Amino acid sequence: MTDVPMVLADRVSKSFGSNHVLRSISLEVPRGEVLCLVGPSGSGKSTFLRCINHLERVDAGRLAVDGTLVGYEERGGKLYELRPKVAAKQRSDIGMVFQKFNLFPHMTALENIIEAPTLVRGISKSKALARGKELLDRVGLANKAGSYPAHLSGGQQQRVAIARALAMDPKLMLFDEPTSALDPELVGEVLDVMKGLAESGMTMIVVTHEMGFAREVADSVVFMDDGVVVESGRPDDVLTNPQHARTKAFLSKVL
Amino acid sequence: MASHTPVALSDSAAEQAEVIKAIKLRHPWRNVFAVIVLLALALFVIDAAQRPAYGWETFGKYLFDQRISQAALNTLILTVLSMVIAVILGVALAVMRLSPNPVVKGVSWLYLWIFRGTPVYVQLVFWGLFATIYKTIEFGIPFTDPWATLTTDDFLDVFWLAVIGLALNEAAYMAEIVRAGILSVDKGQDEAATALGMSWLQTMRRVVIPQAMRIIIPPTGNEVISMLKTTSLVAAVPYSFDLYGRSRDVSAAIFEPIPLLLVASAWYLLFTSILMVGQYFLEKRFSRGVGQARPDKPSLLTTPTTVQGTESTK
Repeated sequence: MTDVPMVLADRVSKSFGSNHVLRSISLEVPRGEVLCLVGPSGSGKSTFLRCINHLERVDAGRLAVDGTLVGYEERGGKLYELRPKVAAKQRSDIGMVFQKFNLFPHMTALENIIEAPTLVRGISKSKALARGKELLDRVGLANKAGSYPAHLSGGQQQRVAIARALAMDPKLMLFDEPTSALDPELVGEVLDVMKGLAESGMTMIVVTHEMGFAREVADSVVFMDDGVVVESGRPDDVLTNPQHARTKAFLSKVL
Repeated sequence: MASHTPVALSDSAAEQAEVIKAIKLRHPWRNVFAVIVLLALALFVIDAAQRPAYGWETFGKYLFDQRISQAALNTLILTVLSMVIAVILGVALAVMRLSPNPVVKGVSWLYLWIFRGTPVYVQLVFWGLFATIYKTIEFGIPFTDPWATLTTDDFLDVFWLAVIGLALNEAAYMAEIVRAGILSVDKGQDEAATALGMSWLQTMRRVVIPQAMRIIIPPTGNEVISMLKTTSLVAAVPYSFDLYGRSRDVSAAIFEPIPLLLVASAWYLLFTSILMVGQYFLEKRFSRGVGQARPDKPSLLTTPTTVQGTESTK
């Protein structure tokens, strides 16, 4: 069982109409590792991330999380669409952090965190509250439990969003450009939290433009362009010594 | 003319600049216009006060007449009951309309098509004839002997037919208001809730609808006010113990229609004024967590307040 990679993509394709966003993406994320997806905007990184969480449906290929097919069930050689309840159960085990935070603005930081555990997992409110406070403390916001998102800085909102995702005890965390909407001086606090998470052994896929973070934290880096994986490997190899011309061109612009 | 001398920067940064005391811009035409309007209004009021056709004595006599105040209460009850039913049904219809299930969506569409497509007056007449069309209501499996049979006249009096008629019509409009509110909520909210493993219904109930409330409440306030006045159409059912119906009855008995119209109008105005104040507090309650969305003061205008800062990224 432990040999099964956390995420396994086998020739995954996805198009919106005539726009082929993903073209035969194959990659593997072993348990406990951090994968950074880099590449120009429109290269399909975010779409791929959303496919893993079944927010988008894959058109071709197979995508499996923890050995289980995402969004479909295979029986007797045929694929069956999952019932919404089963799909929701799959998603509840995968944490997702968005570029625009997407905190619930009508709930306080703590209420944001305990909402899904109590509603989806059926955890008692007192237990969820205790765990929520613990998570807020972990992201360094113990004193902001009662604040509404509108009264938090972008960096604080994103850290609450990370705590909210962690409250579901996910086995995999997906980050969709988590620092792109932040003021430069607030990026560090969010990356620090993510670094701590990586050190604790969480399996993570991070779409990011923060090359310093990728170099320091990632176990592997995948460079995508125009819906295909151009290059992948250890961060030092891909980021310092890229083989492909497109990777070189991209890195020369962002570094 | 302003001089073009560049403004010299102060030598010491600590030194505070002088507070600006500019001469206020004057608006002489505003004052002239205000005087004209006030004069016209005063003329109208003085004339109306002396005009015998208004029958102010009769107005004073019947304003707090027991029959009228009882009718005013009936009108209020009609409004509240039909609005409560309309809001609940409207939310259900709006959620159904946005449901991924095409059958449920179709049912909602059909309902809206019929109830928005025909005049409320005509609908009320139809409800009045309900007991004629359906003399009995049978419970059971079709084409077999019914388990229970109810005579329509026995359990549906004209009051309840009026409530049903008003509520079902209003629900169609409420559904559109609620739908607009739901659609105004940022798509990312839906995504975040879905990613957390919440079901579609949970997402609606806990995340989307509470946020949509801010958009829904101002026009709903208008609908309540509008409903209060639409109740005067229940004569079509015919239910005649509402404010307008009762004042018509009284005026028919004393042969003085105008003062009683004024009496009814005074009561309608009183109620709508109270509703406007209530709407202000509701709007305040549902702007929780969104700093600038609060209305500054109760507005006497019935136009919906524009809500700013709806983006969750703020």
